[in-house]
Amino acid sequence: MALVGSWLYNICLAVVCVVPTQNELKFHYTVHTSLDVVEEKVSAVGKALPDQRELYLGLLYPTEDYKVYGYVTNSKVKFVIVVDSSNTSLRDNEIRSMFRKLHSSFTDVMCNPFYNPGDTIQSKSFDSIVSAMMVQSS
Amino acid sequence: MSPTQWDLPPELCCRPMAFVALTGLDVVYNAVHRAIWDAFCANRRADRVPISFKVLPGDHEYPKCRTKRTSYEWYIPKGILKTGWMNKHLNLVPALVVLFYELDWDDAQWKEKQSECATKVEIVRTSLQGRNTKVAVVLIQKKTPLPPGEDVVASERAAALCNACDLSGKSLFVLPHTDHLVGYIIRLENAFYEHAQTYYYNEIRRVKSHKEFLNKTTHQLLFVRHQFKTGFFSELKQDTQNALKHYRSAYGLIHELRAHETNMLEIKTLAGFINYKICRLCFQHNTPLDAIAQFRKHIDLCKKKLGSGDLAFEHTAWMSKQFQSFGDLFDEAIKLGLTAIQTQNPGFYYQQAACYAQERKQQASQFCSHEPNVTYPLPDPLETLSGVLDFYGQRAWRQGHQSIDPPDPDREKQGVLALQMKERSVQHSELIIALLSNAVAQFKKYKCPRMKSHLMVQMGEEYFHAKEYTKALKLLDYVMCDYRTERWWSLLTSILGTALKCSYLTGHVKDYITYSMELVGRASTLREDQKSRIEKNLIRVLMNEVPEEEPNCDAGSVRAAQGLWGERLTLAAGNEFTIEVQDCVPFIQCKARFLSPSFHVDEPVQLHVYLRADCPHPVRFAKLGVSLSNQEYNQYCLVEEACKVKDILEPSSQENMCLVPGKTRKYCFKFVAKTEDVGRKIEITHVDLMLGVESGRCVYLNWRGGGGDAASAHEALQASRSFKRRTRLPGQQLEWDTVSVQASTMVISRVPRISVQLRHEPPALTNEMYCMTITIQSEEDTVARDVCLTAGLKPGQDANLTQTTHVTLDSSEGCDDAHPALLTDIVVGDLQPGQKMEKKLYVRCVNTGSRIFLFHVSYAISSTVEGKDIACKCHKVRDETVTIDTVVPFEVAVKFVSTKFEHLERVYVDVPFLLMVDILSASPWPVHLVDSQIQLASNMAAVDLPQSQVAAVVLQTGECASECFSLKCPPVQNGTSTVAAGHYLISWKRCVHPLTCQPLLIIVTVPVVLPLSHPLPPRTSELPSFGRVRESLPVWYHIENRTGMVQEVDVSVEPSDAFMFSGLKQVRMRILPGSVQEMVYNFYPLMAGYQNLPLLNVSVLRLPSIPSQLLQRFLPTRIFIKVRPPLHQHEPFLTLCYVMHYIHTGC
Repeated sequence: MALVGSWLYNICLAVVCVVPTQNELKFHYTVHTSLDVVEEKVSAVGKALPDQRELYLGLLYPTEDYKVYGYVTNSKVKFVIVVDSSNTSLRDNEIRSMFRKLHSSFTDVMCNPFYNPGDTIQSKSFDSIVSAMMVQSS
Repeated sequence: MSPTQWDLPPELCCRPMAFVALTGLDVVYNAVHRAIWDAFCANRRADRVPISFKVLPGDHEYPKCRTKRTSYEWYIPKGILKTGWMNKHLNLVPALVVLFYELDWDDAQWKEKQSECATKVEIVRTSLQGRNTKVAVVLIQKKTPLPPGEDVVASERAAALCNACDLSGKSLFVLPHTDHLVGYIIRLENAFYEHAQTYYYNEIRRVKSHKEFLNKTTHQLLFVRHQFKTGFFSELKQDTQNALKHYRSAYGLIHELRAHETNMLEIKTLAGFINYKICRLCFQHNTPLDAIAQFRKHIDLCKKKLGSGDLAFEHTAWMSKQFQSFGDLFDEAIKLGLTAIQTQNPGFYYQQAACYAQERKQQASQFCSHEPNVTYPLPDPLETLSGVLDFYGQRAWRQGHQSIDPPDPDREKQGVLALQMKERSVQHSELIIALLSNAVAQFKKYKCPRMKSHLMVQMGEEYFHAKEYTKALKLLDYVMCDYRTERWWSLLTSILGTALKCSYLTGHVKDYITYSMELVGRASTLREDQKSRIEKNLIRVLMNEVPEEEPNCDAGSVRAAQGLWGERLTLAAGNEFTIEVQDCVPFIQCKARFLSPSFHVDEPVQLHVYLRADCPHPVRFAKLGVSLSNQEYNQYCLVEEACKVKDILEPSSQENMCLVPGKTRKYCFKFVAKTEDVGRKIEITHVDLMLGVESGRCVYLNWRGGGGDAASAHEALQASRSFKRRTRLPGQQLEWDTVSVQASTMVISRVPRISVQLRHEPPALTNEMYCMTITIQSEEDTVARDVCLTAGLKPGQDANLTQTTHVTLDSSEGCDDAHPALLTDIVVGDLQPGQKMEKKLYVRCVNTGSRIFLFHVSYAISSTVEGKDIACKCHKVRDETVTIDTVVPFEVAVKFVSTKFEHLERVYVDVPFLLMVDILSASPWPVHLVDSQIQLASNMAAVDLPQSQVAAVVLQTGECASECFSLKCPPVQNGTSTVAAGHYLISWKRCVHPLTCQPLLIIVTVPVVLPLSHPLPPRTSELPSFGRVRESLPVWYHIENRTGMVQEVDVSVEPSDAFMFSGLKQVRMRILPGSVQEMVYNFYPLMAGYQNLPLLNVSVLRLPSIPSQLLQRFLPTRIFIKVRPPLHQHEPFLTLCYVMHYIHTGC
């Protein structure tokens, strides 16, 4: 499972991997390619009023091994969660609440006056919240 | 590529169509038969019935039918589906055999022919022994048949023929060989189609009838087989709904089979076939979601059915094929009109197929890497007697065997070994690349650029594994920039790593250097030790040595690469490379800036170049050069050191040329701009940094503009946003982020030290010579040479202003249209330090309005900059511009009035009138009217000598001067309606102007008059200007008849209180044409003062249109009456009487 892309451009802000896996690169690719779908979905709902927009994008696309979920904040920061296909304990609602938690944690990071938007996130509390969330879910 | 065992058989993938055999046609030699055959097979569009026709000889041997089994009690099936079965029913066993026979109803040898035909039918029947195949006969006839029932012979003979051939009447057809062949053929084939439908219907029933004999324990395979066959026959019958139903139940049954290692492959193979059929039919029924759901179910069920561990690659190969064939089906459906979406398109299936193919490759390398002494087993366990398998998905060495354990363990081992050896020869990379490129094509279509890039990376990597390094390099290079712009460094680093290996193995020096530079630089996420290794290699390459090999490369390729690099060493030419850095993120950053956005020409232009290295080890460079838009300056912006090859590593004593990691180095350049470049921009076109040596191998890093690479724009943005405190670094160190690029500067002229002052009195008056005094004073320390003044109307204003403004330096001559609006480069000469000089400029503005004037002084001066003498030009623009308003000096109004100062609309011929001129001063300055003059036109005459009455008058602002001239209009020729009156001229000047100044002239055109002739103008003559009380005042009235007729005129005089008079009070008279009637009245004034004369009423009887008022207007109405001078004693009384009378009457 991994997360977080992008400000205005699709720039990687942070990628966190549970299971320090041998194949971290593959996750990077998965997250990166999922941005295609995110962009398409965002542009499709972009015409709706911003306050009515649902931030949670749902399942982006299924692959054989992973399920990729997406979430876009109003300032177009993208969160992506990748879950193992075999993991059936995480339903849509759990994923949604994970994104909410992630969003609020990310908002805290942004509120830090010393954080420069666009830089890679280096925050202990953010890290601990994210890793706690992932340990819990796995 | 030859078909592999994993490819689906073509008979499975095709669309099943009813098979009808045509016999008795000689398509080679008989033209008629040929035409019939062509009509059958040509132009088979969708609207024709789905039949596959085949021409067979009459005695063709059809596949033998095995004897029907009556009991399944002891029967143990050997497999699920025979390999030949589908082909048999598609191409070998027809649903209907049609015999073509040439026979007319009235054939002479009817009997013989009939029996021949019957024989032929019999032959066909014999060879179809045991089959349910129908037989039909078509008689090819030359004549057009009569309508049914009319031809008695025909119906009789038809019945006879049917009888002889043992045919039902429905199976006998007549094909007249006439014009409408295609129409007949279509009717024929529809009839054939019906027969075929019946045949397949019967076949389905036959297969179904077996069911009751089967039991669940031993005949499980048959359940599947029968369902599959039923489905297939239904498809042949074109009943796809039922076909789908049967295939679905076959699919359900196949997963109920007991699966074990020996039959796993067979089960999967058949499951794959049935799944393919189901998906295909679902797409055909336009229910793609069903197809996808079926496929998902299929994969989920089969994913775990791994089969033998030693042959694991078989499972992945099969999985890969499943995804690929589903992708093909999906793609085909899209081509037929299905719409796919971004998240559900064939690309995903191709991608997954590639994924499994990669896994297969991995497993193959794991299981098939035998020792070299292991040889292919003999006899070949994969060989079969017939060359093909009997049943789909079985092992060649134990066909038909259905027990759980293999019958012969040794043969089993040999068979597995043979399969593994075969797998080794498979070109896995080729398969993977083909699948990936299919997926790329799909993702491109469905807007997934990142997915596409990802797949292209995979393709590149696969090419790398396949040792096609050049192709790999091409692909990787293509996608690299996408990842670079998205700043996904971890991915970029991985791609660069592969690309570096490829470039090493192919000996591409330039690519090797480029990738190394990027991998060593700040965008790379490699560890320090990896970076260090790469940098050392990079330095080796720069020193023209062979780099160390990259890790994880194929040993054979490495050897070849070392050879290639060795050759590169000896090459004399082609060792100079230029790398454009804006497309990558190299390990050296560069920023160049001019210290100021503009420099005066008399000060040196300063340029700083900042360099910084991000690599782990210090790096030396050989040359740093800045190229500017004017290349003459390039020589001043160059740092060079003739360094030897060997000391490229150790920091030399002259630290200038060495970049220490993490430290910013600054290089300052200074040059004096050329005077020609004044007003021009100097731009940095590029910055070049040379690494290596010119004699050996050298690399130019080329930064376009003032530096910056693929990543620096974003970094600059981040730096500008950053809240980080900028700590001052010790010494001369600079924070890199604080340096901003300034890639261009302007060379501007030297600041002039000269003062220009202007004296004038606005506003200007129209047409006057407006004087402006310009004072130029030099404040320079040396002589200002070639002082030039440009003065006049500022260009770029309204074009009309240029036409109506004229300037001159000379006041004595007039200033007319020939003079320009702007005087350029008036030579003033040299100015000594402190010298002052005055110039007068005269401006004439023809019309009013505000104008912007420009005063511009330029001069040359010599100056010394940086020990260089330069001649610089200076320009001084006096407050940029002066705006001057122009106003008219006065307004002149001209009007005509009668002699009684009444307004005149028209003028009567020969009747005097007045021209009245009012001059109203609008000038803010007093204006001196020098003279005025009237210039009359030829057909206008002055009554007396006109004289100016306003000459030498000075008008203050708002004052008005008036004068009038008495004029008369002589008779005009008939036809001319208007008459030009002439011009009125005023000459004037400003009061303050010296006398020498020429007066200016204003010409006013007097309006045209409309003279009318009067038929009977009455007039008085010799009326004195005044009268005296009680003194007789004789008045003569003349009435002239200018008409051509005798006019009768009534004249009457109205009495007046102020006058007594004698004369005709009322008279009627006739006046002859052309003659004048004189009437004399003797008035006797009674009162003093302005008095109305007794009114003379004249009415012309013939011309009642002329009112008497019109006639009266020519006559004086008033006269001033003076008091009589006191001559006698009694005069005072009289005077008193007058006064009293005056008071009494109130006049």
